[in-house]
Amino acid sequence: MNNINDITGMIFIGVGLFFDFFGCLGLVRLPDLYNRLQASTKCVTFGTCSILFGTFLMLGFTAAGIKALLCIVFLLLTAPVSAHALARGAHISGVKLWEKSVCDKYESSKASGSSGDEKGKKGKRT
Amino acid sequence: MKRRIIWLIGAIIILSILGIIIFYSIPILFYPDLPFVPFFQRCFYILLFCALFCLYRILKGPTAPDRVVAIDILGILIVGFCSVLGIPTGRSWYIDIGIAWALQSFIATIALAKYIEGKDFDE
Amino acid sequence: MKSRIALFILAFLVWMCLCWSFDWQHVFIGVLVACFIAFMTGDMFVERTHLLRSPKRYFWFLYYIPLFVWECFKANIDVAYRVGHPDLPIKPGIVKVKTKLKSDAGLTFLANSITLTPGTLSVDVDKENGFLYVHWINAKDIERATQLIVHKFERILKRIFE
Repeated sequence: MNNINDITGMIFIGVGLFFDFFGCLGLVRLPDLYNRLQASTKCVTFGTCSILFGTFLMLGFTAAGIKALLCIVFLLLTAPVSAHALARGAHISGVKLWEKSVCDKYESSKASGSSGDEKGKKGKRT
Repeated sequence: MKRRIIWLIGAIIILSILGIIIFYSIPILFYPDLPFVPFFQRCFYILLFCALFCLYRILKGPTAPDRVVAIDILGILIVGFCSVLGIPTGRSWYIDIGIAWALQSFIATIALAKYIEGKDFDE
Repeated sequence: MKSRIALFILAFLVWMCLCWSFDWQHVFIGVLVACFIAFMTGDMFVERTHLLRSPKRYFWFLYYIPLFVWECFKANIDVAYRVGHPDLPIKPGIVKVKTKLKSDAGLTFLANSITLTPGTLSVDVDKENGFLYVHWINAKDIERATQLIVHKFERILKRIFE
């Protein structure tokens, strides 16, 4: 029984390492800030959550295992919010999109003057 | 065509480094009589290799927001790093460090994003 | 007041999960800390407390979790394919999609789900008109963006948060 839990946890940790690796590779290979943010946020968040779940499976219902589960929930709530705040801040400060991009509806709507306000600390009050 | 050749060279280098990590046992300061040490030793090196990519982006990044993105990703990687360290050493307080690091990294990223928003970064 | 009670229960549960031991000392300190937190920041936790009492919403939330994890897994496979391909098959662009959700929590969950699902990243929210600006890594059909990105989550989140 214990052995099965250990092997499943190792498989989860291996899958998490695979996705972490591809996320970091995307951070180097992709051409502009938004694409990098997209690839790395998705892959690294899911990979780290998978590693933490593998840790939970290996430790079982002890104090450290429950802490790993809490850490999963916390990461899933905060990582997209910080990615969103970074993308918005970069776009407002004037970082350009990649030159082969298809369309930029946000730039045209910002020029006409209607932009949102105080979005940064929204995730704290889910 | 040139692009494909560069991709091939990069893939060969990365796969050879991964092969060295997986198939050769590089010594590390774990206690050798605890369980699962060979597996977690390799996890440790693969995560270090991922962190190397983030460090490349921090050093090279053309603008400041790129560096902030890399710092954010490095913070999430370190959480996984702490939880991987916690099992083979048998010390469960590494996961506490992971939770605290995630909290602090989130607040730091929000603050840096707010700081970036007020500035103009031209080419 | 009901918002404070909900926050007290949540804070106490998180405390008991963090120190996984049931001595009277841990429980006592937990009650004290949870009371303090609920007294200080309780009034801005949930605005519409009547939503917490309908059990149907919890079932929809339980249905939402496996769907979300499956989409997340697909997104990771997609990103791994795009990053590993030698020609980088991406076609990025920022599109504007329309949403019908109004509440804060619903919009936050929608933006988080959009960020973690295949090929999309939410950039900004226009709350008065109900628009979301989404960076799409493979902008294949700009006119049908609303249906392709938002629709499958909005259908469920509308039942949870509205």
